[in-house]
Amino acid sequence: MPDFHEMVRERLRDAGLSPLREVDIVEEMAQDLRDRYDSFISSGMTETEAAAAVAAELRDVDLAQEIMEVEHRWAEPAVLGSASQGHFGQGTWHDLRYALRLLRLNPGFTAICVLSLALGIGANTAIFQLLDAVRMQSLPVNHPEELGIVRIQDRSKASGSFTGRYSNLTTGIWKQIRQRQQGFTDVAAWGTTNLNLNTGGVAEYARGIWVSGQFFDVLQTQPFMGRLISPADDVKGCAAPGAVISYSFWERYFGGDPRVVGRQLTLEGHPFEVIGVTPPNFYGIDVGLSYDVAIPLCSEPMMQGESSLYDVSWGWWLGALGRLKPGWTLDRATAQLEAVSPGIMQDTVPTVYDAGGVKDYLGYRLGAYPGANGFSRLRTEYESPLWILLALAGLVLLIACVNLANLMLARASQREREIAVRLALGASRPRLIRQLLMESVVLAIAGGATGIALAGFLSPFLMHFLDTEGKPVYLPLTHDWRVLGFTTLVAAITCLIFGLAPAVRATKASPSSILNSAGRSMTLSRERLGFRSLLVIVQVSLSLVLVVGALLFVQSLRNLVTLDPGFQRHGMLIVDADFTRLKIPMERRVAFREQLLERIRSQQGVTSASETNVVPLSGWGWNNRVIVGGVVSQGHMDMMRVSSGYFRTMGTPILRGRDFNSHDTAQSQKVAIVNEEFVREVLPGMDPIGKTFQINSYGGVPRFEIEIVGVVANSKYRDLREKFEATAFYPQAQDAEPDPSTSILVRSELDSAVLTNEVKNAIAAVNPGVDIRFESYDGMINDQLLRERLLAALSGLFAALAVVLAIIGLYGLMAYTVARRSNEIGIRVALGAVPAQIVKMVLSQGLRLITTGLIAGTAVAVLTTRWVSSLLYGLKPYDPACLIIAAAGLALVATVASIVPARRAAKLDPMDALREQ
Amino acid sequence: MFDRELKKGSAELLILSLLEGRSRHGYEISQLIEQRSEGTLKFNVASFYPLLYRLEKRGWIEGHWVEKAGQRRRRYYKLTPEGRSMLKQQRRTWQEFVEAMQRITGVRHA
Repeated sequence: MPDFHEMVRERLRDAGLSPLREVDIVEEMAQDLRDRYDSFISSGMTETEAAAAVAAELRDVDLAQEIMEVEHRWAEPAVLGSASQGHFGQGTWHDLRYALRLLRLNPGFTAICVLSLALGIGANTAIFQLLDAVRMQSLPVNHPEELGIVRIQDRSKASGSFTGRYSNLTTGIWKQIRQRQQGFTDVAAWGTTNLNLNTGGVAEYARGIWVSGQFFDVLQTQPFMGRLISPADDVKGCAAPGAVISYSFWERYFGGDPRVVGRQLTLEGHPFEVIGVTPPNFYGIDVGLSYDVAIPLCSEPMMQGESSLYDVSWGWWLGALGRLKPGWTLDRATAQLEAVSPGIMQDTVPTVYDAGGVKDYLGYRLGAYPGANGFSRLRTEYESPLWILLALAGLVLLIACVNLANLMLARASQREREIAVRLALGASRPRLIRQLLMESVVLAIAGGATGIALAGFLSPFLMHFLDTEGKPVYLPLTHDWRVLGFTTLVAAITCLIFGLAPAVRATKASPSSILNSAGRSMTLSRERLGFRSLLVIVQVSLSLVLVVGALLFVQSLRNLVTLDPGFQRHGMLIVDADFTRLKIPMERRVAFREQLLERIRSQQGVTSASETNVVPLSGWGWNNRVIVGGVVSQGHMDMMRVSSGYFRTMGTPILRGRDFNSHDTAQSQKVAIVNEEFVREVLPGMDPIGKTFQINSYGGVPRFEIEIVGVVANSKYRDLREKFEATAFYPQAQDAEPDPSTSILVRSELDSAVLTNEVKNAIAAVNPGVDIRFESYDGMINDQLLRERLLAALSGLFAALAVVLAIIGLYGLMAYTVARRSNEIGIRVALGAVPAQIVKMVLSQGLRLITTGLIAGTAVAVLTTRWVSSLLYGLKPYDPACLIIAAAGLALVATVASIVPARRAAKLDPMDALREQ
Repeated sequence: MFDRELKKGSAELLILSLLEGRSRHGYEISQLIEQRSEGTLKFNVASFYPLLYRLEKRGWIEGHWVEKAGQRRRRYYKLTPEGRSMLKQQRRTWQEFVEAMQRITGVRHA
């Protein structure tokens, strides 16, 4: 006799039952098998036959699986006619397996769904991840929420010298804040700078920060190695007390040397000892730009020499950050700071200000602002573009969802008979909806997971898109709870949008009507098709919005790229030469610079070269009011010092008068060349040549009468986007206080690598101790157009994606309609309709959808594009050309997409079409 | 797929009906279903017991081991009060369903 117990036990091995339960089941089923065996024997079977018959009782069904489903109540399928009895989770497992099976049977459909969702969700996640890093993530320090930034509430009128990325305060104001504030345990100051690591030759820069002694205490940062800068290191008059380096700089520059503490580091030619390394996750407090080296504030005078701002009362170079005392809020701290502001300003008034300047200064009020997210130039520049891109990516995802909804509807209508039978058998509607939704859930999860994986590649790519020359963007791109939450939310909403509507609609039809109709109906139900048409209209209109947006951004970028700034902007090399370390006395600097310039000009292949103290469009500048005939001008004039030949190098025509020449010296009459705008603003209607003006200088700087000797065409000064400003140019040779550094613009036919080498050798021949930095002029301009480039590239990509999706949607609907109407079309052809009439009939349906979509889209575009107006250049958000081109282009491709099914309909053989019934 | 579900659904009603009067053990129930349906409905062991356990899990029937002198230890099932009301309800649903199917499909007893 077979071992029945063993037979059952064998079958149950994978059921994962508790031992007690298993014993019970084995016992009971073995009993049954034995009863059957006995009855087989008594009915005349041989023992072998009976054993085989009994063994067959356990086949056919996966016993372990069945038992498992029973033992776990949540896996129970709904009971016939009693769905309301079970709890809601009942049968989920069953539905899930059913959904997986259906999807496996349609690999093409599944792939399209998952791919379009992954693209949509991936793009959204990547952009959100960037936004999260730029906007929402806190600084990598203890209790970042306690941090507050202290700055002047409105400092737009301030004048003086500004340096660094966050020039909020002067040293004097910061010291006064420390003394008089009460809301913070302490207030630390910091500033940004570039520190040359090389001595002579081509410079290599580390991103440096000046920090006050309290900086690391306020942040509560602990050293990874060695010690951090303390108040004892930051004592006025210090030399080079020591440098703290970041973890990434330690790895990059010192190769992760475990004995780095105590090693030397040369910064701007000064030896510094490395005293410590900060932890790996600490990138500083500038979100987007990781620091390399931190040195005490007090070493700034030694490092910057005569351009030091440490003791300059109009030198803005510091940001301040404090940690709130327990019980204090930012509002309370602001109130206290406001109360002490008049005293602080009174005690720090810059000596050089005129009466108006002093009045503005005394009106400044300090305030405390949230500091948890640190400082970020990147945030200021990219926050709104990123939100816009997120909105565009959201639209793409919405279009993808609508597309999927359409696909799901088509599938649901294929299954309508099956669904009707289920409803007739008493399956409850919510249960069926859930089962249909389960498919969407599976797709959304698969799409979301693929999307996150895709975002893993996309977001670093996007981050490096923002890199500028020598300034790689650093953002901690993590999958924190916000990013994961966002993606989950997006996937869930997606799933509801494309899954719920089809499921609800599919289960709405009355079973008897579907079961009664033997096959397909002659025509399509208007209501059903109406909903799918609506979806296509939505797709077309949203795509139009995206295409218009993309065209606006592309056109805006094109305007900036092709814009004439008033000079020939391509093919120049910027050479920054810094000879501070050579300690050349002021009276010999002009001669030294001329020597450098002459040497560069004499190189083979150099067409022209000129000096300037302000590189146009670099963002730097110098301006002041001028005095003509004793009257101070209303506006500020832009100013720069240039060498002779500057206008020839730049390609700016001299319209009247002459260029500077060797007769313009420190001793001769002070001269200037002005642009047309200057003439229009200061000397309207007059002949400017020979007229004089003064610079409204303050602080005891002597004023001279300056004679205008030439007029040049207008050119842009600070930024490509600005209008032409009034500008005055002065000769380098007449500079009373020449800087120990200069910028030389070189135009040449040579390859850039050859040229930089030539220039390097030329400068080294004059003096090998000069520090040099090269930058291509085109590269500098490109860096400034990064935001526009990012918007144009991504919005263009999104628009293309949207159009493809909309076309798929439109084509799908048209093809489906033709297939469903084949009976009707067959009858029409049989009754004598010619192909052209059939094409017209189908096409007119498509054109109706396209036209409605385009009209709706135009309305939406006109209403929404004004939100991006601040990011556009040279065109209005409701630019009619963009709207017309977008609408015409979309109409064209959409029409082509509906011609294909229309022609197919016209080719239908009526016999085939009718036989199909 | 559908056949199997239908069979399962109907089997629940059959099992409940067979337990209405008295308690029975598994083998007995499956034999009765086979005999009374004259062989149309036949469950093998592997599909029958999960059905039984499902009903028990839902609280409609209740099983307990009984040892009688001279016989093997067997597990007997009886209807719970909940099972009793379920039986009533399922009988009604089936009645309605069969009538509905007849109306739709036009299959009628001659």
